[in-house]
Amino acid sequence: MSFARAGFRTLVARTSIILAQRRALSAEARKLIDSAVQENPLVVFMKGTPETPQCGFSRAVCQILDVQGVPREKLKTFNCLEDQELREGIKEYSEWPTIPQVYIKGEFVGGCDIVLSMHQSGELEKLLVKEGLVPELPPLPEGEK
Amino acid sequence: MQGLLASTRARTVLALPPLFRRAMSSPTPQALAEASSSRARSPVRVPGPVETTMQSKLIEAFQPSLIRISNDSSKHSHHAPMRAIGGGSGETHFAVALVSSAFSGKTQIARHRMVNSLLKEEFDAGLHALSLRLRTPQEWEKEVDAAVAEGKGQ
Repeated sequence: MSFARAGFRTLVARTSIILAQRRALSAEARKLIDSAVQENPLVVFMKGTPETPQCGFSRAVCQILDVQGVPREKLKTFNCLEDQELREGIKEYSEWPTIPQVYIKGEFVGGCDIVLSMHQSGELEKLLVKEGLVPELPPLPEGEK
Repeated sequence: MQGLLASTRARTVLALPPLFRRAMSSPTPQALAEASSSRARSPVRVPGPVETTMQSKLIEAFQPSLIRISNDSSKHSHHAPMRAIGGGSGETHFAVALVSSAFSGKTQIARHRMVNSLLKEEFDAGLHALSLRLRTPQEWEKEVDAAVAEGKGQ
């Protein structure tokens, strides 16, 4: 494709076509991901399913959410291995190069490492309680750790 | 146990100062923590090209006080996604621990994004997974102290 002697408007048009082709994420796919993360309070883009995870990191995320007490029906997962376009598209959508990816209330929370450290620090529990994904536990009686 | 040692290697053991004798019976958690953090671990494999460039990029960008890169690719080569691509290049999964004051004041996500954008080329070229432990020097100290207090090595 020759850019020589092309007028400014042609240049802009051609560049945006090239960029759009290189982008793994079509506008349509972006809208689908948008609606998925907005409509569901907890979304995990993973490899495999929570019952049969296909990757150690995805499995770890599902286990952590299970340990935190998230009911199965509140957990919306997408199997990125089944859909190549989703697998590449979600990486561009989140600007995050790896899967799994966890979204809570439409906001990207992190991958396996971040979710694990949030779980260990207690931050994840707070966030899940705040967004109504797990019931709040009654406080422990005095004298217990 | 001490008595047994004393009888089999009598003079040598008794002649050693108490510190060494204690270390010979079983390393204390403190010793373990110090040893693993200060002693350079000799790698079994020579670092490949991806690991080498990763290391130089990270050192240049973050001026870390501690950097530890471990190649975990062999642990994942049997997983379904890796089998599907024929096992991968042997440099697909890494675990990186990085301690740098460049991380202070940043959330975990911001720190992860910093490292991810630095290694964008590697991700495009076949790096499959990166496990990150990114701490400021103060946070690292706290973690080491906590681990030692619990009786584990770091």
